[in-house]
Amino acid sequence: MMSSLVPLLQETLRSLKVALWFVFLTFPIMVIKVHPLEKSIEWRWQNMIFVGLGTFILSIVARILMDQGKKRRKKRALQHAQKYTLVQTILREPKYLYPLAFATLAFGLVFPWIFSSYQTNIMITALMYVVLGLGLNIVVGLAGLLDLGYVAFYAVGAYSYALLNTHFDLGFWVVLPLGAILAAFFGILLGFPVLRLRGDYLAIVTLGFGEIIRLILENWNEFSQGPSGISNIDRPGFFGIELTLDQSITYLFYLMLLLVVFTIFVVNRLQDSRLGRAWVALREDEIACQAMGIDKTKTKLTAFALGAMWAGMVGVIFAAKTTFINPASFTFLESAIILAIVVIGGMGSVVGVIVGAFVLILLPEYLRALSEYRMLAFGAIMVLVMIYRPQGIISTAKRHIQYKPKPDDKHKKQAADPS
Amino acid sequence: MDYFIELFFSGLTRGSIYALIALGYTMVYGIIGLINFAHGEIYMIGAFTAYIIASVLSIYGFPALSIIILAGFAAAIWASAYGYTVEKIAYKPLRHAPRLSPLISAIGMSIFLQNYVLLAQTSDFLAFPELIPDFDFMEPYADKVGSTDMVIIVTTIVVMIALTFFIKMTRIGKAMRATSQDRTMARLIGINVDKVISVTFVIGSALAAIGGILIASHIGQINFYIGFIAGIKAFTAAVLGGIGSIPGAVLGGFVLGLTESFATGYVSSDYEDVFAFSLLVLILIFKPSGLLGREEVEKV
Repeated sequence: MMSSLVPLLQETLRSLKVALWFVFLTFPIMVIKVHPLEKSIEWRWQNMIFVGLGTFILSIVARILMDQGKKRRKKRALQHAQKYTLVQTILREPKYLYPLAFATLAFGLVFPWIFSSYQTNIMITALMYVVLGLGLNIVVGLAGLLDLGYVAFYAVGAYSYALLNTHFDLGFWVVLPLGAILAAFFGILLGFPVLRLRGDYLAIVTLGFGEIIRLILENWNEFSQGPSGISNIDRPGFFGIELTLDQSITYLFYLMLLLVVFTIFVVNRLQDSRLGRAWVALREDEIACQAMGIDKTKTKLTAFALGAMWAGMVGVIFAAKTTFINPASFTFLESAIILAIVVIGGMGSVVGVIVGAFVLILLPEYLRALSEYRMLAFGAIMVLVMIYRPQGIISTAKRHIQYKPKPDDKHKKQAADPS
Repeated sequence: MDYFIELFFSGLTRGSIYALIALGYTMVYGIIGLINFAHGEIYMIGAFTAYIIASVLSIYGFPALSIIILAGFAAAIWASAYGYTVEKIAYKPLRHAPRLSPLISAIGMSIFLQNYVLLAQTSDFLAFPELIPDFDFMEPYADKVGSTDMVIIVTTIVVMIALTFFIKMTRIGKAMRATSQDRTMARLIGINVDKVISVTFVIGSALAAIGGILIASHIGQINFYIGFIAGIKAFTAAVLGGIGSIPGAVLGGFVLGLTESFATGYVSSDYEDVFAFSLLVLILIFKPSGLLGREEVEKV
């Protein structure tokens, strides 16, 4: 009896210590609030109690979870064989996957007819993030290059449509490929000098690049009209027919759906291609890759350019959807959200990124009360995912091929053996 | 010429602050090879803590000198506590993970801390109290270099000397150098590597907090977002001097500060941040090892 009580007491004591530490840590920021104009102090003691209780409970839960995780890992190590999880089985088996994909697509096709145009509009945003996520997934998930300035390419796309449309009256369909090419061009322009750098340097340079693009857009008034932005951008044309607002939302929705399907198709084909496998190999081990004769710079550059291309395309659609853009839409926050989608959804996994985009964009949209806490939660989840589930919500199963010797192989081997 | 001197001192002041924050980056990078993305946020939290404590004390009517000292200490203590906790939560479990994992974890932490301060305090700019008084003996030079600037430059130099002394002379400093050279070997000869890493984070964070108070009293306002830009600039300084090298961080800080000051003074003030980022991109392309850094050789 005593023997089981002592560790329990120790655990509780440890959690208590953790809670006390956090109470101390958060004291000035959480408890004290100064009102400088009235020269008064608001003491928010209730926050101290929340922090104390919250961290105490969390610390106990975390410890229990960690214990269980250890036990499970031990068990798995004993079983030895690699097993697919339920989700992975569904994704691998065409007989499950295809009906599921068709059902989702059918649901998407009837979506604008079931729900209001407000809901459809939100769905368009979610679909845009799906494509952005899939684009960044090529760079971060497959090629393992941490790009923190992804939003810059998105801005390039959006501004190329806005400027070409207002100055030269070019239509949506002309600029869509043009924006994609321009963004890819910028990707190469940035990638060419910096891709020689190691991963963590690359992250900072891309971050700096994203900020440079935003600052230029903000300050170069003659070019981009500065912080006030560009308005009255045309919506996408539909064979020259004038559309009402509701119709154009529905039209844009189908356009996005088409783009999503197209993106999934291309990314899937890319993944299995020679290039896609070179990316994954490069992510795992650069030196081994070079030894195998893979052109490091060229492979990375294509990943960068292809990733940027999708961002450029979505940028064009974004400008056409909102009909107004300004540099405030292209801050680091946007890059962070897209990165969170890829990381939380599952780096390298197409389905993971799609699920991640829907969860991260739609949840705060429908839980309005919680939307203030959105970025707080994203940050915390990013840390937790890296620690407890680095593969994300939906992990990619590593493809593996097993060598099975044929029954007659044995005889041949014996025959070849001189003894 | 007067304008030149004015810009020169303003550059030195900026440079000092960048150097103070850059030291935290460079020390952490030297020891665990990680870009501590949340470092800018630690600096921001230091500035906020100083603001809060100073405001409370001044409302209760403490004398000016005691406010400076107490607020400074409080900021350093809490910033170190945050640095220590961030390392324990977000980096320590990932010590043997692939390189990208701790980096993403650090970005997550940075986003979390920014929004934590935003929600718990405010998104507005807060007027930072003038903690540093005007000195009489600085009167004749006041049009070129303010008292605050002088305090910032002197504080930075004193801190640098103290840090160099600490790392060269003390036992834990020696342990830090050993760990940065070879972590496995350091552990084999009985150095508590986890403790060394914690100490590094604590010192780096305290320096960032000092930087935070100094720049807040220089600029006069703070908000939850100041850590982001300051973080990138300090990182630029660290890379410029050669990441991992302590004198390099100081040199890089001053070079960056002066470059920015002259560029905004003589070219255009709209593109202040663009100069810093362009400088970063240029160094990384042409001399990734920095001014004082060692060439890194990748081993299989």
